[in-house]
Amino acid sequence: MATSVRPTSIPAALTALVPRLHEICGEDGVLTDLSRRRVYESDGLTYHRATPGVVALPTTTEQVAAVISLCAEHGVPYVPRGAGTGLSAGALPHAEGVLLVTSRMRRIVEIDLENECAVVEPGVANLDITRAAAPYGYYYAPDPSSQQVCSVGGNVAENSGGAHCLKYGFTSGHVRGLEIVTPSGEVVELGGKATGAHGYDLIGAFIGSEGTLGVATRVTVSLTRSPQKTVTLLSAFSSMDAGGETVGAIIAAGVLPSAIEMMDALAIEAAEAAVACDYPAGAAAVLVVELDGPAHEVDAQVERVTGLCAAGGSFETRTASGAEERALIWKGRKSAFAAVGRISPAYIVQDGVVPRTALGEVLGRIAALSAETGIRVANVFHAGDGNLHPLVLFDDAEPGAGKLAEEVSGAILDLCVEHGGSITGEHGVGVDKACKMPRMYSDDDLATFDLFRRAFDPDGIANPDKLLPTPRLCGERPGVRTGVHPLVESGRAEQF
Amino acid sequence: MKDLDVEGVTLRAGTEADAVCGVPPDRVARPENTEALGRLLATARDAGATVTPRGGGTALDWGSPPRSLDLMVDTSALSWIDHNAGDLVVEVGAGTPLAELRRTLAEAGQRLSHDPVRVGGTVGGALATGVNGPRRLLAGTLRDLVIGMTLVRADGVVARSGGRVVKNVAGYDLAKLHTGGYGTLGVIASAAFRLHPLPSAVRVVSVPLRSRERTERSLAALRATAVVPAAVELDHDRLCVVLEGTAEGLVPRVEETVRALGGDDAEVTEALPEGWGVLPTEGTLARILVPPAEVPSLVEELDALAGDVRWYGSIPAGTLYLSFAPGTPVDVVEKLSAAVRRAPDRSAVLLRAEPHLHEAGVDPWGEVPGLSLMRAVKDSFDPDHRLSPGRFAGGI
Repeated sequence: MATSVRPTSIPAALTALVPRLHEICGEDGVLTDLSRRRVYESDGLTYHRATPGVVALPTTTEQVAAVISLCAEHGVPYVPRGAGTGLSAGALPHAEGVLLVTSRMRRIVEIDLENECAVVEPGVANLDITRAAAPYGYYYAPDPSSQQVCSVGGNVAENSGGAHCLKYGFTSGHVRGLEIVTPSGEVVELGGKATGAHGYDLIGAFIGSEGTLGVATRVTVSLTRSPQKTVTLLSAFSSMDAGGETVGAIIAAGVLPSAIEMMDALAIEAAEAAVACDYPAGAAAVLVVELDGPAHEVDAQVERVTGLCAAGGSFETRTASGAEERALIWKGRKSAFAAVGRISPAYIVQDGVVPRTALGEVLGRIAALSAETGIRVANVFHAGDGNLHPLVLFDDAEPGAGKLAEEVSGAILDLCVEHGGSITGEHGVGVDKACKMPRMYSDDDLATFDLFRRAFDPDGIANPDKLLPTPRLCGERPGVRTGVHPLVESGRAEQF
Repeated sequence: MKDLDVEGVTLRAGTEADAVCGVPPDRVARPENTEALGRLLATARDAGATVTPRGGGTALDWGSPPRSLDLMVDTSALSWIDHNAGDLVVEVGAGTPLAELRRTLAEAGQRLSHDPVRVGGTVGGALATGVNGPRRLLAGTLRDLVIGMTLVRADGVVARSGGRVVKNVAGYDLAKLHTGGYGTLGVIASAAFRLHPLPSAVRVVSVPLRSRERTERSLAALRATAVVPAAVELDHDRLCVVLEGTAEGLVPRVEETVRALGGDDAEVTEALPEGWGVLPTEGTLARILVPPAEVPSLVEELDALAGDVRWYGSIPAGTLYLSFAPGTPVDVVEKLSAAVRRAPDRSAVLLRAEPHLHEAGVDPWGEVPGLSLMRAVKDSFDPDHRLSPGRFAGGI
């Protein structure tokens, strides 16, 4: 079942808190009007909705700490939210709780070139760090596809990756220091401008904790020197198998591209119809491979990869090194999700991971599943690290179609787990997959996660009902998207 | 103490040779597999026994002495390698020697991108101490490479986090938490890592360390290049830059690096020096964290305070190892630690304190930020404080 909780008045338990919240966040820092609260009723996974009891928009660490202390004092749950682009309903509000939005904490505190790092507030958009660092020849490496709008605080909560995490890793590899507010309202500084910290790696464990261990109020991130050269290849194949095997061959050859993306015929067709990306005609699969680094090394790798594509049966490989030409290649890939929204009335986007060597087998099983059920599945994914994003298409006007699509989507996750993979590579667990955690972990594993959570949040007020399964949640179904996501439509994000 | 006889576990009496920072265990148990380790820890829980794990025994003199040590868990039988070369992933038992893992992976042209700091250690020991050698600028450190872990809790429950795929955000990343945890939150039974292909060629460009000004100039010039070093290392009296790639591609990178380092006295070699990354095995050893740009000035400042120290460590990571000559008196060590800790963004712990420092009551860990949270985590995982009690920061 979808989540949909929409009471109209502020719950009684919260009304007493409102004057205190006004004192802390100022008159404009608290939203109580129903219409204004409703703006926040979902994150990027719009199928789950709940109107927040009250919305707080703090501007400083002190205000965040005061809001959370107030919640702790009264036993009121709170849900942290950054830009709201998450895809697992991790920022789904609590109808009886406070939604703590960090979007007004948008200061880039410092770009420190000598130490090759930046200090930012959590509401800063991911891409804004790169924009600030680019004039000096640096960038911020993690690049989730919502990077124009998604916040660094949200990236920390979700351990966001992006197309280039194949080579450069996830958020956790790029954060040196955190200032956090714990669920009891305590402000704790972890790490700093050096890499690593003494004692337990609390930074490592905090990143990806989906707001259940606290709120990051300041983040020190590493800046990466911009590569000397970047080349993007587009290679077309007449079967998915041939494309998949070529991915394996590239990796086996010891080449580490910054990205290897793959699209199947249905995804190519959708992208072609939407943005006329001019991919090679008749391709059943395309690979987008990006190589970056010192110029001479990149040149050698391009030659190597081009050869491997040809040996793998590619009938056309294009190479682009200029920014505009590269953007043309990426255009089809980046538009694919939104494009699928145009060829199908509704779709479910799945996020699962399989070992790279199981890609061919799993893609074959997905195709068989699609043939058996008559449910079309488009595949657009991060092939280099086995992170699948099958788009399960259906017509929500057709009775029973949604349910069948959900079954197919769920079966795909089962395939991932069966092959030693994961139920989520980058979207997170949130509400959406909390009930699927037992497919991947034993009761003992889950109880151990809970031991850790309770160390930070003994009273269970920090983003409750997220990440771990609870009896209340079970039976909920994955999110269904209809048409194009509002952020994509408004041009604020390219794809998710 | 209650009987610790458990199926699948070999038990013997502890000796002085087993001592952890001078504290010998009452008994030493060697479980044959993860399940036996689980049974052993459950039995130890029932008996109220205090437990410290050991791998290769190369860091038994690191950290603080345990307050009590009834049972040492010898992980040497948990030695196995499950290598999936096609996925660049390996899962290994905690007791597997790092050298054996390196050999196995090298046969397939791969490696775990971690330079060990001790000779003879195991995978579990490297994880539990969480200390990393020079080549860390491209693939990160052990905590970045570990993608899954199976751990036996203080109550004997076997729990897994992560998995065998690199990209995975399902659940808390507890493998990172246990990396550098000194076995105070559980005993590591096995771990899965992401691997990298072995580079086809390596070059080391090094220059002798001269003045602070010159080092600062060299580092600034190096930062301005796009040579992408795998390591920029302070190696006692030399500054070493390691480049990895193809023989052809390395030619211009080496030239550019030589120019950045100031040219004329640079030495270029085609292999890593003997004993690369290995830290001294004697004397007090400190780990210092400092903003990278302050490394040259900190080295100068501390050298002026005590001449007889050696420096190692990764400059861009701001992670330095300060090695004191064996027998360095307490006041000298404390003077240098205090000098580091004077600035709020610098910190120091003593990875290894010589016995006379322990006897003098020196806390090797000093003030560690986030200690209240660390205590809460410890209380949650090991409520009776039986796992390596007192060995970690803040008396944990």
